[in-house]
Amino acid sequence: MNLLRRPFFWIIGAVILVFALAPAYHGNVELRESLLLATVYITLASSLNMMLGYAGYVNFGSIVFFGLGGYFCVWLMSAHGWPLAAAALAGGVAVSAAGLLFGLGILRLRGAYFALSTIGVIEAVNAFVTNFAPWGGSSGMYLSPVLFEPLGGARHALWTIYYLLVAVMGMSLYLSYAVKRSKFGLGLLAIGQNEGAASVLGVPAPRYKAIVYSLSAFLPAVAGGLYFFKGAFIQPPDAFDLQLSTEVIVIAMLGGQGTVAGPAIGAFLYEQLRGWLLTSPTFANFQLVVAGALLLAIVLFAPGGLMGSLYRRWPRLRGFLE
Amino acid sequence: MSALLEVVALGKYFGGVRAVQSLSFKMKEGEILGLIGPNGAGKSTVFNLINGVIAPDAGRVLFRGADITAAPPYRVAREGLARTHQIVQPFMTLSVFENCIVGACFGRENLPLARGREAAREALAMVGLEDRLDAPASQLTIAGKKRLELARALSARPTLLLLDEVLAGLNPTEVEYMIGVIRAIRARGISILMIEHLMQAIMNLSDRILVLNSGMRLCEGLPAEVAADPAVIEAYLGDPHLADSLRAGAP
Repeated sequence: MNLLRRPFFWIIGAVILVFALAPAYHGNVELRESLLLATVYITLASSLNMMLGYAGYVNFGSIVFFGLGGYFCVWLMSAHGWPLAAAALAGGVAVSAAGLLFGLGILRLRGAYFALSTIGVIEAVNAFVTNFAPWGGSSGMYLSPVLFEPLGGARHALWTIYYLLVAVMGMSLYLSYAVKRSKFGLGLLAIGQNEGAASVLGVPAPRYKAIVYSLSAFLPAVAGGLYFFKGAFIQPPDAFDLQLSTEVIVIAMLGGQGTVAGPAIGAFLYEQLRGWLLTSPTFANFQLVVAGALLLAIVLFAPGGLMGSLYRRWPRLRGFLE
Repeated sequence: MSALLEVVALGKYFGGVRAVQSLSFKMKEGEILGLIGPNGAGKSTVFNLINGVIAPDAGRVLFRGADITAAPPYRVAREGLARTHQIVQPFMTLSVFENCIVGACFGRENLPLARGREAAREALAMVGLEDRLDAPASQLTIAGKKRLELARALSARPTLLLLDEVLAGLNPTEVEYMIGVIRAIRARGISILMIEHLMQAIMNLSDRILVLNSGMRLCEGLPAEVAADPAVIEAYLGDPHLADSLRAGAP
């Protein structure tokens, strides 16, 4: 089936266009910074969704991809003088490859055991990087401001990074959509529903799981590279933040795991909510309390998330939003 | 002619329990072989050993000449060996159609999505579910889910189909319908190995019957021979002389 003929394909295109154009109008930097965070959240949630929503594997360690991507990118730029785009892409490829190796190992576990092992992955990578001298150990790595020069200085570079992140977000949405509509995606959905039955029907579960784990690592790693380049600084607690990992799961479930639009909508809403809660100093980190309450409410009252509820009320919606 | 399926000295222990012991049998192309035996005889375990859900402790399984012993289930499926489960296992949130597309796309022919849809549609028509394509599998009745289980296996266009009690839990009308479906499947040249407790049905459908008791072969032969075998009657009824008395009492 041709994706180009489906309305949802163009809806994604429109969303990307709005993200690209809205802050450019009047050069609204504040809006750009808010949307930049949204692009990161959407990339993380859409990628995680392929694991969580399609294949049914809860991954608490998805932030490792983001953090490692950041480390690779910052290291390649500062120690080896790579240009930004090449460094970020190389980070994505390296983390994806590492994900494939890891995936073949830990994906032998199922259910809660897999979920626990992913927390182990976060802690292990965190401990490794904290003691890894070439990457600055526990004090991390800084980027020299000189590195912003090829992008036309800091002010211009921030816009470039934003557009690159919008592109990465767009790719994550299209990737998530293309996978869902593919034979590979159908196999993943079958695994998510009943891995034993899927296997008996011929779905090569071990290979598919490892591939989707690796695939779900790629764009978050690229986004991590861009994000930490923007901050010009990376250290283990920021890169491997279990809290952010958990928030991404909440986001995917809030929007509706297994749907393409859900995690994106969830990410956008959550980012807005978080921004609003963070502005109040009394409520420092209060968004976590809200995230916890949200998760509880979703699991109890709307297991299908926002999209699930929408579909139930308007089944016709399935033709437009997927 | 070489055998379609050849099981050689198959053995499996669960802890100290001997589930299957030195079981050997062969199946010819186009045949319906019935596998019967009392509860706990190891029939479903034999299925699990054949299609790779569990690995045997001893013995070999040859399918169309290739050794598939302990091959993972997805590889066995690709070889053209499909099966249904005694307890149906549909993908609940996927539609009836999608359930079958999975079967078609990952089965023997490894079809791309578009052609998988055709195969799925065909299989659903065979079991009479073509008007429920878009319903979520969870909405089907038990009889419907049983049909779906069968359609999903059929979508793979298998060479050999293992049916694990597809008639169990159905009412007489549904049983009648299902028997017709099984005959139609065989007419397409698909060989069938089936486990069934409904004696009348399996005696009618099968070309040959293999009787299993305590994981071992009790006897094997034509349905009429097996039904008259005192050992079989003892295994089922617990009294070898009951057969004689029954026969004596028969008109």
